[in-house]
Amino acid sequence: FMQRGLDSQTKKQLEEEEKKIISEEHWYLDVPDLKEKESYIIEERSFLRCEDLVYGRMSFKGFNPEIEKLMIQMNSKCKGEETEEDDKMEADVSDEEMARRYETLVGTVGKKFLRKRDQRVLKDDDEDDEAEEGNSNTRPSKRAKKMFLKPQD
Amino acid sequence: AAPQGRLLCGPGLRRSGAGLLVTKCGLLRHRPGGGGAYWVDSQQKRYVPVKGDHVIGIVTAKAGDVFRLDVGGSEPASLSYLAFEGATKRNRPNVQVGDIIYGQFVVANKDMEPEMVCIDSSGKSSGMGIIGQDGFLFKVSLGLIRKLLAPNCEIIQELSQLYPFELVLGMNGRIWVKAKTVQQTLIIVNILEACEYMTAQQRKQALAKLSGN
Repeated sequence: FMQRGLDSQTKKQLEEEEKKIISEEHWYLDVPDLKEKESYIIEERSFLRCEDLVYGRMSFKGFNPEIEKLMIQMNSKCKGEETEEDDKMEADVSDEEMARRYETLVGTVGKKFLRKRDQRVLKDDDEDDEAEEGNSNTRPSKRAKKMFLKPQD
Repeated sequence: AAPQGRLLCGPGLRRSGAGLLVTKCGLLRHRPGGGGAYWVDSQQKRYVPVKGDHVIGIVTAKAGDVFRLDVGGSEPASLSYLAFEGATKRNRPNVQVGDIIYGQFVVANKDMEPEMVCIDSSGKSSGMGIIGQDGFLFKVSLGLIRKLLAPNCEIIQELSQLYPFELVLGMNGRIWVKAKTVQQTLIIVNILEACEYMTAQQRKQALAKLSGN
């Protein structure tokens, strides 16, 4: 039906004609609108909704550990209590230890990836706040070379 | 649970016009929580498939991609091989005729053949699927199953003190029990069958005798 090059005006005319045809043929009920009866009663054929029954698969005294886990899960879904307690997992490492380890770890691994200049800066910062130019070459080298300690007799 | 302001009318009750009609004989029960619910607690042995119920079915036939399960209703239920956890067209579940399966209904009305699946809405099996080897399957009335499945059931609590065992309860009246020895399994079966008609006192006596032995 869609013809190319149809003017917008002619299109509109065609549409209007179509609508007229449709509305004449359209059937409608000559009856006042019925009000929908509000039903306050719901029919239910299952006992599950009425009686709050427990899940049907059970295991006792550790006969089937998977089902025992399932029992706890299903029954807590109904009650909605114990699910919150299970969220806190017991950590193997305490928080303080984790913080300490992290501190040292970041430093040592970070140094590895610094460029040479940055490494010198780090070393200088450890001692004094002096300018890098000039004596900078001798000082780190001196510091790097530790004197050989003779073993005592 | 029923949404706010709406009443849930359970099995045994039917809505007619503005009121309710009772369709079964039994005790009328009421639950005040969640908008209120009324239902009739009736006793019957024959199971009628209901959507959402977890049942134990026995595989009777394999028809192409679908298994036919006997669930104790008027028609065999169908179970597609893709309705298991982790099943694909290439990775088929290993189900043979005569296997016991624990699943739930997705379609169950009087006009259509009931259909079952072994996964829940999130795709996990959560305990459903083929029930393993050994064990004992027997049938009880539906009222006993509901009694056993009630939260804090005394019978189950007392039994759990005896031996380690595994139990699967289907809403269609079937129970599957597995314990370490055949004798223990049979003892549990006998207790479960008999405790429908025993009072609490008789039951405790029977269990005391057993744990004494």
